[in-house]
Amino acid sequence: MTGAIWNLLLGLAWVLLSGDFTGLNLLVGLVFGYITLVLIEPHLEALKGYPARVPRFIGFVLFFIKELIQANLRVAFDILTPPWHMQPGVIAFPLSARTEMEITMVANLISLTPGTLSLDVSDDRRVLYIHAMFLDDEEELRRNLKEMEHRALELFR
Amino acid sequence: MIDVIKGTLLIVGALLMLLAAIGLLRLPDLLTRMHATTKAAALGVILVMLANAMHFSEVGVVARSLAVIVFILLTAPVAAHVIGRAGYFVGSKLWSGTVKDELRPNYDPLTHALKSGLETEENAKRQPRETDPE
Repeated sequence: MTGAIWNLLLGLAWVLLSGDFTGLNLLVGLVFGYITLVLIEPHLEALKGYPARVPRFIGFVLFFIKELIQANLRVAFDILTPPWHMQPGVIAFPLSARTEMEITMVANLISLTPGTLSLDVSDDRRVLYIHAMFLDDEEELRRNLKEMEHRALELFR
Repeated sequence: MIDVIKGTLLIVGALLMLLAAIGLLRLPDLLTRMHATTKAAALGVILVMLANAMHFSEVGVVARSLAVIVFILLTAPVAAHVIGRAGYFVGSKLWSGTVKDELRPNYDPLTHALKSGLETEENAKRQPRETDPE
């Protein structure tokens, strides 16, 4: 978190000092800021782990966009063609997220991908009940959900 | 070039929203309808907003477009979850083609307790939370 704030500040400083107030220049500033933080990371305790987190975050965003488009196409196909190919159902998904914050994050991400909707979390916070639209390959679905949860948790721990 | 990208984004976004509307009409039960309306529509709005930001490319407009995207991403899943959950628990019928329901056997309609199905004697006890009164 400290790393992200410093990166933003350095980027803003770059924009102010170069006097070119465009989005592209801010991006350039952020990249230079990131490089600076990578260089001074070994000397500062507060920045520990920040350089590794940024590529992971970008990787996660790309992975999420891929999932989003894939799942959207599938739902779109089923809505537009007359016979129903879907096999909806409610599955119990064991969570490895522990705190309330993590569970909220994971549940929201699952709700955001088309084809899965988080319904409720059990009272002991160990299982998330998910309504899924395509249960024809349940193993595959569970593997995808696990991968998404794993990647999301990696970002915040 | 940039015009082509903008046009594509706008058309795909509009198509997604149209798809959400068709889905809302065609799909058979509440939960599957939530799938169509929230996600396709959210992605549609996001694409339209991106096209908007590219077209005007002023700081104010871009910032507001990005803010719209962020708020859609924050609110859409929460709304879908709350509506879906409420609908499920007040007993809206699932579609006849539903293949399995692992929630129903674990839910007690009298006490609203929801078991995880993973309980052993030890962890079936209610675990204390931060929000509990002392």
